[in-house]
Order: sequence, then structure tokens, then C-alpha cells
Amino acid sequence: MYSEKTIKHFKEPKNAGEMQNPDGVGEEGNFKCGDAMKIFIKVENNIITKITFLTYGCIAAIASTDMLCEIAKGKTLEEAENISAKEIADELGKLPQLKFHCSIMGQKALKRAIEDYRNKK
Amino acid sequence: MIPKDIYLDNGASTKVDEKVLKEMLPYFTKHYGNASSAHSFGYEAHQALDKARKVIAKSINADFEEIVFTSGGTESNNAIIKGIAFANKDKGNHIITSKVEHKCIVKACEWLETQGFKITYLDVDEEGFVNPEDLEKAITDKTILFSVIHANNEVGTIQDLEALGKVCKKHKVYFHSDACQSYTKVEIDVNKQNLDLLTINSHKINGPKGVGAMYVKQGTKITPLLHGGEHEFKKRAGTENIPGIIGFASALKHGPTKKEIEKMSELRDKLIEGIIKIEATKLNGPKGEKRLCNNVNISFAGIEGEAIGGYLDQKFICSSTGSACSEALLEPSHVLMAIGLSHEAANGSLRLTLSKYTTEEDINKTLETIPKVVKKLRKISPFGKVMDYVFRKNN
Repeated sequence: MYSEKTIKHFKEPKNAGEMQNPDGVGEEGNFKCGDAMKIFIKVENNIITKITFLTYGCIAAIASTDMLCEIAKGKTLEEAENISAKEIADELGKLPQLKFHCSIMGQKALKRAIEDYRNKK
Repeated sequence: MIPKDIYLDNGASTKVDEKVLKEMLPYFTKHYGNASSAHSFGYEAHQALDKARKVIAKSINADFEEIVFTSGGTESNNAIIKGIAFANKDKGNHIITSKVEHKCIVKACEWLETQGFKITYLDVDEEGFVNPEDLEKAITDKTILFSVIHANNEVGTIQDLEALGKVCKKHKVYFHSDACQSYTKVEIDVNKQNLDLLTINSHKINGPKGVGAMYVKQGTKITPLLHGGEHEFKKRAGTENIPGIIGFASALKHGPTKKEIEKMSELRDKLIEGIIKIEATKLNGPKGEKRLCNNVNISFAGIEGEAIGGYLDQKFICSSTGSACSEALLEPSHVLMAIGLSHEAANGSLRLTLSKYTTEEDINKTLETIPKVVKKLRKISPFGKVMDYVFRKNN
């Protein structure tokens, strides 16, 4: 059902965990379908230098958000906002269709974190 | 060295007993006749079929002619629900079932609703039991059938068939039970329990997949689902799956002994007690004798069931979950919702189902692994620190 790379990111997510004193925080998801996502970012000169996540989510949510963090690291805020679901799926290998919903929660939370950072500035 | 798999998903399917497989094999390559054929190969197949039917009938205290072989639980349930509905239309169009049925009953009933039938889905209590008084209240002069799952596939609740059967008998309503999970583990006596119809299958009892049976009490008005030849007392057309049926009967013969059932119950309780020691966990379904001997279902606060199962799989432990994330519709298990769990608790559920092959070592290993997995997931959960967790909908 899942690609080897998805399982690898699920098994050992490098970017999972809470961040102390983040510059921006974004949340997404609801309990009804069993997920919730929180993304923390550190920003320097418009570039994301650190990014971590917390999730109440399934295998696809954990793996795809971990991959999202990998891709977003070192990107400008504008670039990070535009990371697509396809980009993540291309990196991870195909995700099951019904898991698409879980895999885009990270991006939505990231957009909110960027918004939060801009609002605070 | 690759560690040994710990298979705790026997509620989904089981390993075919080696002795069962051995008894099946000659029926693929040696005795491969069609049981309807009028020659030696056919007679041989027919004899084997009769013998298997006798064994299955005896196991539930039914008569030989009351056993109809099918392709499994889903077919038996569909054939019964639809077959009774259409054959008894002149009497009424009302069917009663419960909110904790297997999906094939639910879907068959929903389809019947599109065909003009009325279905009542009875509530259950927080352990999953149907109250016989609720059944009695729901019966009208249009009611033709009551169908209930004997032992629940998700939370292991064993219904009191005898009490429910009495109500059906009193009001002359056909009584059906889906006993796929309970067969060979809980006593079934179609006379004592007033059953008119019963669903059983093979692959949950260490037999092969693709074979099951239905018990249809003599005199029951039922329309066949499959039309064709005059097989199975004209109740189910199609060439009988002889190797499968031989395997089914053989699985019954080698089925769990009283001692093996006791061992499963002990290991089940050890597993339950060990897991609920973890902070913010809840057992779903009843405790003790009213729970299926091989079923454990526990909700973990703050973490999601598919992810728990995913980490257990990495540790070679096979489980299942009632989480929405394992479902195409992204809705958590209707059974867990019916027993009053919150979405959070249903999504954080883990089901572990044992077999006669499950060892104490398997359980110890599982009990070592689960706390680590829960800790790891709670560490990355936004709710990991929230331990005043709401398990139930109403508080």
C-alpha cells in the first residue's frame, strides 16, 4: 500500500517534534477524520531555517509532512508556500488515493505558520 | 535474524491449519469430480460433501438438510437478508438489526431500503449489547426478520442469542445471527437459541478462504440469491467448492479445544491488563465471559490507530484499527461510534485478535512493544500532553 520511502519517513521522521520559541506556528485538521497537524517554523532573512511538526495523524500524514519539512527547509517563504502535493508525492512515491487528504494537511498548516509569522512581524 | 511475525489479526483471517491443508489437497488433484456428476468421480465428491455437511450440521445442532454451503460470510449474510426479505414480502417489509453489524449486513440492509423495505437499527449499550426489550418494542406486525451479529468482530461483545431468540419466537419473526467470529469459540445450538438462520465461515477458524455456510431451518421461506442448478437443496446454485468444504469441515474438527479457548482467554486478559496500564487508555467492549476469547480492542488518547498499527508492523506485530484513516470514507468505525466512543477514541483504537497459535511469548513481546510505540507517537502528537482526554461523546 505504501512505498518504501513513505515507510522510511513514517518510521523515523527527522522533523517531528515541538519547537521552542518558533517564529511562526500553524494548525490544520480536525478530529472527525482523525487528524490534526501543527507546524513550527524559524525564519531568517525570509528563509525557513528550521521546520518541525506535531501530528495526530496516520502513516501518510506523518510521512508526507516529514517530507514537506525536508523540502521546505532552506526555501524562501514564497517558495515554501507553493510546494505542491505533487512535489511531495513525487519524492515519496505514490500515495494511495484515499490518503491524499492526509498528505495535504502539512501544506495547509505550513501556509498558516507562514501567515502567523507575517502577522507577528 | 528476522524476528518471527506476531500475528494478532485473526479477526481478519487466520492461518490454515497444516492438518486441514493436508486433508484438502487430494480434492484438488485426485478427487476432483463435480458432486453433481453421475460417475465414480462425482459420487466420490458427493460422498465427501455429505460427510462435511454432517459434521457442520452436528456442530450447531442442526439437521443435514439445513446446511447450505456458500462462498463465505458475506455471501451467507447477503443471501439470508435479501432472501428472507424477498420471500416474505407478502407478510411485511420490516427488518430489524443492530448498529454494530458487520458491513455486509449494513450494506445489504441499506440496499433493501432502496427496494422499499424498512430497516430498524437497534441501539446497543456502551459494551455493545442489544437489549431484548428494545427488540420487542421495535417489532411490528410488518416485521419479518431480526438479524444480529453473535460475537462482534471489532469489540468482541457476545450477544445473548437465547434471550433474543425467545423474543423472535414469541412474535414469529425469523431470527438470524452472523456467527463468523464466534463459531467454534462460543457454543451455538440453533434449537436452544431459537435460530432460524445462521452465518458461519471457514477462514476465521483456521480453514481456507472462500467457503462458508448458512443454516436455514427447515420450513423457512427464503429466495435464493444465486439461480442456476439444483445444488444445495435449491438454495444456492453453483458447483460446490469441494476442497474448500473439506477444509472447512476439517478446520472444525481441528478447531480450538476447550483448553485452547481457555488459554486464549487468559492471554487476552493478560494483554488487556498490560495495555490498560498505559496512561489514558480505554478498553472497548465488555470484560470476561461476555467477551470473545480472542478479542482485544483498546483506545489510546492523543494518537491515531493506523499509525500505531504502522509502528507495530515495523516490529513484526500485525494488528488492525477502527480509525477513520483506514477507511475510504474517512469515517471512524460505526461499531465504535455505536458504543458511544468519541471520534478521537475511535480513531485511536487498536484491535488485537488472537488464535490458538498465539503464545505467551507473543503476548509478552507485544506488551513490551506497545508502550514504546505509544510513547513515540505521543511525543509527536499535538495532544500528547493532554491527558484529561475525552473518551466518550457525552462528557
